[in-house]
Amino acid sequence: MSLFRFFHRKRSDADLREEIDVYLAEETAENIARGAKPEEARRQARIKLGNPRSVRETLWQQNTLSVLDKLGRDVKFATRTLARTPGFSLIAIGVMVLCIGATTSLFTVVRSVLLRPLPFRDPSRLVMLYEHFRDARSNQEGFNYNTVSPADYRDWRMQTHGFEDMAGWRWDQSNLTGEHGELPELVSSRGGSWNLFPLLGVHAFIGRTFTESEDRPDGTAVMLTWNLFERRFGGDPAIVGKQIHLDGKPFTVVGVLPQSFTYPDAKVQLWVTYESGLPPDLLQHHDYHFTRVVARLRPDVSLASALSQVEAVQYRLHAQYLNAPVAEDVVPRTINDDLARDVKKPLLLLMCAVACMLLIGCLNVANLLVARGAARQKEVAIRGALGAQRLTLIRGQLMESLLICVAGGAGGVLLSMAATRWMAHAWKDLPSAEGIQVDGVVLGFACALVFSAALLAGLLPAISSTGKAAFASLQASSRTASGNLSRVTLRKALLTVEIAVTVVLLIGAGLLLRSFVRLHSADVGCVTNNVLTLNYSLPAQKYSSPQKANAFNEMLLEKLRALPGVHAVALGSSLPGEGNGGDDMFTIKEHPALKPGDVLPDALTIWVDPGYFSALQIPSLNGRAFTSDDRLDRSKKVIISSLLARQYFPGEDPVGKTLHVPAYNNGDYEIVGVVGDTLWQVGKPAMPAMYFPILDGGLEKGQSLAIRTDSDPLAISVPVQKQIAALDPELPVSNVQTMQQAIGDSLGNASFSATLVLSFAVLSLVLASVGLYGVLSYLMTQRTTELGVRMALGAQRDQVLRLILFDGLRPAILGLALGSAASAGITQLIRSMLYDTRPLDPTVYIAVIFTLLVVATLACMIPAWRASRLDPMQALRAE
Amino acid sequence: MGDKSQSGAEMLKGTLDMMILRTLITGDAHGHTIAKVIERTSEDVLEVEQGSLYPALHRLEDRGWVSSYWGASENNRKAKFYRLTAVGRKQLVRESNRWRQMTRAIGLVMGEQAMGDEATADGGTR
Repeated sequence: MSLFRFFHRKRSDADLREEIDVYLAEETAENIARGAKPEEARRQARIKLGNPRSVRETLWQQNTLSVLDKLGRDVKFATRTLARTPGFSLIAIGVMVLCIGATTSLFTVVRSVLLRPLPFRDPSRLVMLYEHFRDARSNQEGFNYNTVSPADYRDWRMQTHGFEDMAGWRWDQSNLTGEHGELPELVSSRGGSWNLFPLLGVHAFIGRTFTESEDRPDGTAVMLTWNLFERRFGGDPAIVGKQIHLDGKPFTVVGVLPQSFTYPDAKVQLWVTYESGLPPDLLQHHDYHFTRVVARLRPDVSLASALSQVEAVQYRLHAQYLNAPVAEDVVPRTINDDLARDVKKPLLLLMCAVACMLLIGCLNVANLLVARGAARQKEVAIRGALGAQRLTLIRGQLMESLLICVAGGAGGVLLSMAATRWMAHAWKDLPSAEGIQVDGVVLGFACALVFSAALLAGLLPAISSTGKAAFASLQASSRTASGNLSRVTLRKALLTVEIAVTVVLLIGAGLLLRSFVRLHSADVGCVTNNVLTLNYSLPAQKYSSPQKANAFNEMLLEKLRALPGVHAVALGSSLPGEGNGGDDMFTIKEHPALKPGDVLPDALTIWVDPGYFSALQIPSLNGRAFTSDDRLDRSKKVIISSLLARQYFPGEDPVGKTLHVPAYNNGDYEIVGVVGDTLWQVGKPAMPAMYFPILDGGLEKGQSLAIRTDSDPLAISVPVQKQIAALDPELPVSNVQTMQQAIGDSLGNASFSATLVLSFAVLSLVLASVGLYGVLSYLMTQRTTELGVRMALGAQRDQVLRLILFDGLRPAILGLALGSAASAGITQLIRSMLYDTRPLDPTVYIAVIFTLLVVATLACMIPAWRASRLDPMQALRAE
Repeated sequence: MGDKSQSGAEMLKGTLDMMILRTLITGDAHGHTIAKVIERTSEDVLEVEQGSLYPALHRLEDRGWVSSYWGASENNRKAKFYRLTAVGRKQLVRESNRWRQMTRAIGLVMGEQAMGDEATADGGTR
């Protein structure tokens, strides 16, 4: 009601005027009736009424919501003052657009990656369960979530009751062809247990999900994801019930998953059942780790008690298989954290970096406002003297910073809409990248950000400029008023903090960048220049015997080696830098048996062709390489890496000794050679490796080919693919790229976060130097008269230059010292993200300190130089 | 409110609203009539200040105790008339009860016969 009155004040005032007129008329009429002359009658009526304006004002006041009224006045006033200095306003708004935009974008990503509930039934009750090894090597990287073996998963599910149910899924990929062998396509897929979809609460969009009877090693049911359904099958529901071919085997499409289902990532094209295609005896293993277990908590059971049951089962299994890699413990992880995997830490780091930048931005605006406050000292003093309350004055100034921040916030949200789209696109490892967008919660966050930024930037200057001291400027002459000491101290303190935060950011960015450069130049242990790599996978249906596979591989190698421009070709189950292609336990026949509790020897297992080492220029250190005679049954040979030799054969010659590998046919393998170490993944510590001949028929699928050429390796990619197609037109080839690209891809994240943090740091540096320049220029103009006097009394120009320069450099140096000290502590937090770089890396510190000093000196130099060019006569006359 | 306090005629705080409501019981009236009626019935002891009459009328309307309409005055001028609403009538009963209690209580304290004069005289100082 009163709000209604507030907005109808004008009308109500008009009414009142009419009422007053009526009153006057009536009163006059009455007076005339009493016998007064008309003139006198009117006069008397007016006297009786009193001042009509004051009546109207009383009513106006009564109808006014004073808060709204004052707010409106403040906004109007602040807009006018801001518009009077467009340069200042634009700079301040620009700073805020950048800061709020960056913060909002990061928040958007963090929210959709780390905080948003997944489209599952009651996702808060879902946990992922992993095995957890206690030995030191597994824990050295601080990340210890081991995928579960099929038999462990089965035992957990059957023998515990704390969870409503448990489901498992595994990685897979298949060569997809149509019923009539149309265009082959290598698709990423997953094998999910039959109860996975009911457990997640996901229903098929068309058709149904798997049944228990389909989840068998010979099961042939397949579900399509929305992506594949739309892309390859044109969204035609008739596909359900039809057959498609995976690795040459017919599978029946039982259903299509809904569009919202992009778990675990959007690249997955289809789902088969968990057991489908697995060798039946594999399911009995406790030491093959490839299953991810999703469990749903029962509402009445706590995670701790449910977990303790599973842990009891697991520890029993561990005790039962002491000499196999069966973990002691079980660890849970929320499903969101599980999806965020490797991006959580960089994301939080970026969030911190961007928060620092926001802080610097606010400090900068605060600093600019303090400068304005000083220029408007007289005005504030006069308003105060005329009776404006301090609170009114503070409110007025806060309104300015609020307007700046609101404008900045509006621009920032627009900026972040574009930025998040770019980030979701550029950051390859980001899960649920499709779902990242600005929405209501993000807008709410941006609003909160605007108001806190406005408070942060506006409150300090407003309080300082309206203090009692402000009124002193009325009494003193303008000459002394300029040297308001507390104001100058405040500005310098703000500047010191600003520079300290900038230093922390710069050092953090420097460390990440250095670590990235180290990563990039890391020695993989083999040739990486001019090497083309690609993957293919021989389907088991067509290449049913090792002889057939060998024939294809050898024929292909021969043809490729004959191509012009090709130096050498290597074929293996994986290439250096390509990731972990699998690892197995081994024992050494000639050594005494392991005691229970000893760390089990474990090494990467890689199958290679005879030319692998020479083609990739991996040095042979001892013994020989494989020959084409090391094939099929004749081969019981293994070549080990130098690290394995050093670790397990210290002081002996490993050649001639025998490795027993239980997982690989439970066979004994004679060591015939030792080769140099390679990195399985750049940035990860090297692992010992065992190489087996690829011609021994043990490898089931998945070959990596590396072709060394004279010049641009991509130029050869088409002839290579033509050769493959000539041998088998149905065989799909994937990941055709140079080896440097392949390695660079695995570094994508490091480069991305290093670049982003660096750009934030550079922006902050620019902000800080602008702040430094602004403060000093202002101080200089304030001291013009003083400088004039000094020069008139004989101060030399270089003395004046030094005076101003050191005045400006003092807060810079103080901030530098504070920032460096703080960084020493803070950078310990990013230790785990650094590769081969210590958090206290002196090069980075020196570079940052040097850069900052140079920038600060430049920023101070300009005003200092200007001061030294002052004409003393002009300066003295200016007042 | 009233800056210019005239003699002892200033009103006891809060009583103006009540008296306006009481005046309207006899029928709808515009501002001038209301003021005149209050003055006349108080035998010209109370003088209604216009500076408080109109804001008071608007306040009462705001609370829904009176409603207003434009009509023609006795002298055929367009004037804003106020009418007591049902809610206003209830409010009037409540206020006059309270008033009666107050005057009795004050009367008891002051000794019965002194009451009338003193109460209005003290009103000036609130």
